[in-house]
Amino acid sequence: MTQLLLGEFTDQRRFVEAVRRARDAPCRVVEAYTPYPLEELSVAHSHRASRIRPVMFAGGVLTAALAYGLEYYSAVINYPYNSGGRPLDAWPTFMLVPFATGILVAAVCGFATFLFEAGMPYLSNPLFASGGFGGASQDRFMLAIECPQDNDDRSAAAEMLAGFGAISVREVQS
Amino acid sequence: MALPIPVEKSAESERWTLPEARSMEVVNAIVAAPLLERSSWSWRAWWIGFCVSLAATMAFLVTVFLVFYRGIGIWGVNSTVVWGFAIADYVWWIGIGNAGTLISSMLLLMRQRWRASTNRFAEAMTLFAATIAGIFPIIHLGRPLYFYWLTPYPNTMHVWPQWRSALIWDFWAILSYILFSILFWYVGLIPDFATMRDRAQKRGQAAFYGALALGWCGSSRQWQVYEKLHLALACLGVPLVVSLHSVVGMDFAASLMPGWQESIFPPYFVVGAMYSGFAMVACLAALVRWGFRMHGLITTAHFDVMAKIMLAASIIMGLSYATEWFNAWYGGERADRSLVMFEFAGHYAPLFWALLLCNVVIPQAFWWAGVRRSVAAVFVIAVIINIGMWLERILIIWNTLSHDYLPSAWRIFLPTIWDWMVTFGSLGLFALMFLVFVRVIPVVSMHEVRKLIAEGQSP
Repeated sequence: MTQLLLGEFTDQRRFVEAVRRARDAPCRVVEAYTPYPLEELSVAHSHRASRIRPVMFAGGVLTAALAYGLEYYSAVINYPYNSGGRPLDAWPTFMLVPFATGILVAAVCGFATFLFEAGMPYLSNPLFASGGFGGASQDRFMLAIECPQDNDDRSAAAEMLAGFGAISVREVQS
Repeated sequence: MALPIPVEKSAESERWTLPEARSMEVVNAIVAAPLLERSSWSWRAWWIGFCVSLAATMAFLVTVFLVFYRGIGIWGVNSTVVWGFAIADYVWWIGIGNAGTLISSMLLLMRQRWRASTNRFAEAMTLFAATIAGIFPIIHLGRPLYFYWLTPYPNTMHVWPQWRSALIWDFWAILSYILFSILFWYVGLIPDFATMRDRAQKRGQAAFYGALALGWCGSSRQWQVYEKLHLALACLGVPLVVSLHSVVGMDFAASLMPGWQESIFPPYFVVGAMYSGFAMVACLAALVRWGFRMHGLITTAHFDVMAKIMLAASIIMGLSYATEWFNAWYGGERADRSLVMFEFAGHYAPLFWALLLCNVVIPQAFWWAGVRRSVAAVFVIAVIINIGMWLERILIIWNTLSHDYLPSAWRIFLPTIWDWMVTFGSLGLFALMFLVFVRVIPVVSMHEVRKLIAEGQSP
């Protein structure tokens, strides 16, 4: 459990500016929550590079290779069948199945990686219990910073967020 | 140099929304209120539609039961015209089923902002249409109980699927496409489910949407990986869609029948799919706009741009038809030339002329801006296009099979009541699924419209 100070903003510009200034201030910015993706935040927040696309690529290529392998095994080795004099390994007509299944499994791998990297699924989050956090999925912007232990420091951090333009500052647990 | 970009963004936002819907809270309210505050909405039209579509769905199920019980002989198919309404319906539905993902992913890759208001129900349309399309080849099989033989599995018969068969390609293409479309659709829905969870007034609603939202909280990390995934899925979606309908074209083009053995079929089928799909999206957009009073989010500008795409597609379709006729004449093959003559003057000629009227002539009205910006006119022409595209699907089958190489085998297809029941019944099933969708799931992508509005408001 981490104690957080959650600043709520109504204006996107002020919020982005607040995130930038909070990073320069002597406090740890934990996360920023927004109702739509903000490119500025991914620049301001140094998140680890996502592995979604490499995983998708690997999953797709591996599945396509397996699918082709299955076709080859069944049509050439296990059940060779002369279909109108065509070669047993009729690769142009074998392409569709690896292609379609490769894309499908790439998508599934991407989704699984997305869930893992986004820390989902979870059905309960202490943030949801804090009144007003629901605004982050609607029209509010939330900035979470680590809550100082000391009372004076905590007040100073809350004042700093208010100074950045937060309309409310709450203590929450994460 | 920084100034022109926000100005363009602002103009872009204002183009696709009306002033009364240019606030995030208003957008959330417009989309979420019908689902969360049901008592304050009149659902009379919805119930009427639900009852009618439920009756049509029952007719569909009765027909399917009869087909399973008595065989496909209850349809008008005969020993010459072995494919009939079921295969035409399959091609028509899969065409419509193609369009949602094609529209959504292609417009996403091309950064077309107007997709924000339309992609959700276009993708839903895809899902339902592709599901219905998947039913038809199965019920058309003489022995539908053996349809699982299409799958490769170790079996005591020691046989494997025939990988060179277009039927096997169909199976894998449709299966992959439906599952992919579900995933693509669901990923786009997750942030909106979170909005619904947070706006829900009742515990049950919050639990329902909360479970579907998977704990989404809108953190910058989540948005970062969400965007990565969504864009990657769009990149994969476009080739998958193109391959799917190309395969449907190959079902015909891989044969040796006159009129089917043409290399133009795959691209021609893909454009046809986009054409009928856009027509269906335009119809659904008009209905959603009317039913949910979304005039501020689905504007005449949306209909204008969709009409332009339909116009372009109608020209390509006209060109494709002309290419077929030219090839038949230029190739010099007797059967091909005879087939073209049969199309224009044979037994099905009135339907063929109607097809050209619906698909090529009437959509030329979209050259006029007044027609494009009239929702009623776009709706009517879109319905006509869908009828025309259905006629095209049925005539591709009827003409070739009724008039192949062997004159002694020429026969005509006469549809029975069960042919019509299965066709109109499938429309009912589609309507039923769509009505349930609009009652449960946000019909417009709220987070994308929020972003569109925010971009317009940023300096």
